[in-house]
Amino acid sequence: MADVRTAAAGQADPTVAGVREPYGPRPRRVLSRRNIVIYGTLTLVALYYLMPLYVMIVTSLKGMPEIRFGNVFAPPVEITFEPWVKAWATACTGLNCDGLSRGFWNSVRITVPSVIISILIASVNGYALANWRFKGANIFFTILIVGAFIPYQVMIYPIVIILREMGVYGTLTGLVIVHTIFGMPINTLLFRNYFASVPEELFKAARVDGAGFWAIYFRIMLPMSLPIFVVSMIIQVTGIWNDFLFGVVYTRPETYPMTVQLNNIVNSVQGVKEYNVNMAATLLTGLVPLVIYFISGKLFVRGIAAGAVKG
Amino acid sequence: MTSVLVKDVSLSFGAVDVLKKLNLEVKQGEFIVLLGPSGCGKSTLLNCIAGLLDVSTGQIFINGKNVTWEEPKDRGIGMVFQSYALYPQMTVEGNLSFGLKNARLPKDEIARRIARAAEILQIQPLLQRKPAALSGGQRQRVAIGRALVRDVDVFLFDEPLSNLDAKLRAELRVEIKRLHQQLANTMIYVTHDQIEAMTLADRIAVMRSGVIEQLDSPHEIYNRPVNRYVAGFIGSPGMNFLEGVIGGESEPVFVADGVSIPLSRYAFAAAAQRGAKVTFGIRPEHVAANSGMDWPFSMQARVEIVEPMGSDTLVWTRIGSQDIAVRLPSERSPRVGDQITIGFDPMRASIFDAESEKRL
Repeated sequence: MADVRTAAAGQADPTVAGVREPYGPRPRRVLSRRNIVIYGTLTLVALYYLMPLYVMIVTSLKGMPEIRFGNVFAPPVEITFEPWVKAWATACTGLNCDGLSRGFWNSVRITVPSVIISILIASVNGYALANWRFKGANIFFTILIVGAFIPYQVMIYPIVIILREMGVYGTLTGLVIVHTIFGMPINTLLFRNYFASVPEELFKAARVDGAGFWAIYFRIMLPMSLPIFVVSMIIQVTGIWNDFLFGVVYTRPETYPMTVQLNNIVNSVQGVKEYNVNMAATLLTGLVPLVIYFISGKLFVRGIAAGAVKG
Repeated sequence: MTSVLVKDVSLSFGAVDVLKKLNLEVKQGEFIVLLGPSGCGKSTLLNCIAGLLDVSTGQIFINGKNVTWEEPKDRGIGMVFQSYALYPQMTVEGNLSFGLKNARLPKDEIARRIARAAEILQIQPLLQRKPAALSGGQRQRVAIGRALVRDVDVFLFDEPLSNLDAKLRAELRVEIKRLHQQLANTMIYVTHDQIEAMTLADRIAVMRSGVIEQLDSPHEIYNRPVNRYVAGFIGSPGMNFLEGVIGGESEPVFVADGVSIPLSRYAFAAAAQRGAKVTFGIRPEHVAANSGMDWPFSMQARVEIVEPMGSDTLVWTRIGSQDIAVRLPSERSPRVGDQITIGFDPMRASIFDAESEKRL
């Protein structure tokens, strides 16, 4: 019990240091049963979820002979980055043997415009729906939300026809259009709810000050809503980067996004299964969303702290 | 000269009528307070005048110009909100200049107006701060400043002091009054606080469910409320109401539970029918407990409850079976169970028809 009182005794007023009755902050035991259960469970669950990642990293750093020993959990004896290089630059998918690099740049060319365009449109949508209650706003909103509940698979073929008629089938432009449209319901909902939580009086004050639709959007609403833009960006980047279905349907081999290429590398039927290359390729593909999480997590917190004004 | 004229304005949200054929005329330089409980439509009326809500029917004139279809910025109004509604990402200076920049005023004119507003409101040291770094009172000052720089004739206040603590509220109340005396602008002020209404207003419009019940000077509203609702709403602690009938032979008397109150000194607005059911209202501060005085009406009563309020004490007693509160100076407060003599002058009372609740 000695450590129990140290915290309290350290801060205690010298005049009452000897007093045994409760004084100041209640002493807390570090190794209480509650703490052991909580941290123990958390550690176990974290280890369980990290296990596959560990196996992937370890395997990607081994050579094929070492993998054939079958010690999945053993750390690599000889660390080699060969598989990573191969996955990025020389792995073959079909006729092309330039690795994932082609798919990576395709994915970048798909993701960047899709994210920017969809967020811009969705934020203006949400702003209009939340702050300018125009006639039929509720109907528009309902239609948009219903759109979110229709399974993608139903719409694949009609969209193929639409893209063909527009002359963009198989191009990156077509895929960008598809991603922008499918990102609309959830992001509009997100922005609408955020803008609806901005005090209405702020909007009224801006109107009295003579600001119009765009002036209020750009000068008042945008600077206040960094957090929701970051949230929306995370959703869109991960969603679009990880998309496989639209990528495989609406593009051609030379415009395949990274996920489709990854699939083609991992699921190739001829030749030896190069587990180390497969693992490296998968990790490479998953890296982008991971980086986004790490970077924007900080931005997210900063955004919340910057925007808040309480009464 | 008429500054703001609200003519037959109604506003409905679906089946709910928020404003019902409302008329209001505000003179140039007048301080009008719209007073009422929440949901009575007072803020809605202000928003209609500001142009933030479209009216369903009727017209609104500001300075003789029909502004019913005008945008808020073109109406010549400045508005102060309850939550201050300062733009959080802009400095105080940015907040003050936002409207002027939208109006594309020249830079030196903007600077001149900000300097003037900052001087009047004494916020010069705060100009470079963000709203988050200001206290509630300072924020509200900046919000008033934002209306001030617009150089308009009509100021609209939407419960500007409700978010402040009692002490600050009293301070800013005085400041708003001073501002009005200094600027002599027309001001329309919405509040549910009757102290604010009584202290600030030239005239008070007491509202209930979308209609103005009485529009008059604070003195008239306090002393001669037109109906039972206004009588009960104004005054704290509230007016005592006794139910009874009009009786008497040559001179009318109010009879309730065997107690007769002579009404010869009461100025009837309408002829009193003998036998009519009425409500007799008398304010606690108009009842005295002084046996030495010769009141037109006095009686013995037993003290039931004593509520000390600091400056004075509220003593609850009964006339017949009906409760009546008496406001007494604290130093002479009786104890529960004491017999006291209460008396008042019926001239100060208000009598309402029990049926229509209108003043008699």
